Amino acid sequence: MMTDIGTVFWKEQKELLSQKGTRGRLGVLMFVLVFGIFLPLEMGRSWIESPMVLLYWVWVPLFLVSTVIADAFAGERERHTLETLLASRLPDRAILLGKMFGGIGYSWGLTLLSLVLGLVTVNLTHGDGTMLMFSPLVGLAILVLSLLGAGLAAGTGVVVSLRASTVRQAQQTLSVSILMLLFVPVLGAQALPLRWKVSLVQLFAEMGVTTSVIGAIFALVLVNLGLFLWALARFKRARLILD
Amino acid sequence: MDHIGLEIPKGTIFGFLGPNGAGKTTTIRLLLGLLEPTEGHAEVLGFESRTEADNIRTHCGALLEHPGIYERLSAEENLEFYGRIWQLPSADRQNRIRELLTHLDLWDRRKETAGTWSRGMKQKLAVARALLHRPSLIFLDEPTAGLDPVAAAALREDLATLVASEGLTVFLTTHNLAEAERLCDAVAVIRRGRILAVGPPGELGTKNAAPRVEVFGRGFSGEMIALLRSREEVASAELYNHRVIIQLNRTVNVAPLVTLMVGAGAEIEEVRKGNPSLEEVFLTLMEEER
Repeated sequence: MMTDIGTVFWKEQKELLSQKGTRGRLGVLMFVLVFGIFLPLEMGRSWIESPMVLLYWVWVPLFLVSTVIADAFAGERERHTLETLLASRLPDRAILLGKMFGGIGYSWGLTLLSLVLGLVTVNLTHGDGTMLMFSPLVGLAILVLSLLGAGLAAGTGVVVSLRASTVRQAQQTLSVSILMLLFVPVLGAQALPLRWKVSLVQLFAEMGVTTSVIGAIFALVLVNLGLFLWALARFKRARLILD
Repeated sequence: MDHIGLEIPKGTIFGFLGPNGAGKTTTIRLLLGLLEPTEGHAEVLGFESRTEADNIRTHCGALLEHPGIYERLSAEENLEFYGRIWQLPSADRQNRIRELLTHLDLWDRRKETAGTWSRGMKQKLAVARALLHRPSLIFLDEPTAGLDPVAAAALREDLATLVASEGLTVFLTTHNLAEAERLCDAVAVIRRGRILAVGPPGELGTKNAAPRVEVFGRGFSGEMIALLRSREEVASAELYNHRVIIQLNRTVNVAPLVTLMVGAGAEIEEVRKGNPSLEEVFLTLMEEER
């Protein structure tokens, strides 16, 4: 199974790296430059020291995955390669996980590249002779949360892409889905009675960064698992061909 | 599909003929376990299509309705991907890719992006992909559809030699009857999901369409054609310039017909007696079904 997942992952990486034209490649480069040089230059040491940067590093891979994952199945369907792939010996889970990991690998790779570039930038421009580095907790949280953020977008994207007839349709549905994933909790929290809001703020304050991060990781793992199971339930070869 | 029953011997090229919408592609999808039948069962290489579809797909190759080539990847990467899917060891994979691409005259262009290739070249690449893992059975769904006559002939030639050298069983769907006549050991004619006839292309004519006589010469007249049509063994008689085509109701001695024509003033140069071509059989079957 792992070999099969690796095979699909290999093909996805090959396709992802060759699909972008000059404009697409420039877009990716700009993205890396903004998160690896521009923002670290602007924010200085707080780019490394503030726990708030965690929010950036959850959002970055989530955004990057969402630009490519809609293509996973809808793209294959649009380019008439899906049926041949489904007629191969690959098991359902290998195709599904290979495609999800393909999107995650691409975006997490670029995220790590931006992260390392940001560290170098801050050390070069705001260093004081000693190496500036994320605290172990923040560093670990960035790695895990960015991975889970990528997984969240990949899971949502695959669920959407499985049944979309075109990449454009998948992209539109995915954008709306991700917006809902991000804004429904925020808007929902705002709609709560004042008393409840105060209690929530107090709860988070009492939990501290470590517990909040662990809670977020736990919640994201559950959501990612749920999305994978949903995608697996939607993965029916006959439906994929006839759709 | 409506209660079709077929048995395809190992090592043969079996043609599945039918007009558009007859159910050819659906049959392939059912046999590969990509679709589930509402009732009945199919066995492919000893595996049941409902419950052992994974085994079927492992042992079969397929060139489906579309070539299914990844256009952003090179030809070599396309084959590399499918070689990995079938878990061919690296050295064997490289040798096999080289062997197939060389046979198909594509080796020198293996690094080119497949999207820049012509339809015929993509179709050849898809044939290579279907054969890559040395399957014992391959499904070819209208492999020459959409190709120009030269590319189609070249692909047909390549297919014939590859299939012979690899000792494969082939399930070929087509509506190109000349192709079927040339490549297939046996054919089935299908329409609206039902099989109308099965057998070797040569024998299908004797079973499913009446024998015919072609008479070449001069001095043919309308009266003579009317006389021919009045005979009980003659199904139809048509005049085309210096040729008369007579369709018979059954196999009979044609000498009395020739005598009749000579008596009516015809100067006969040649008489050809024979069975109808596969195309004529096919058209007859389609006509009967309508």
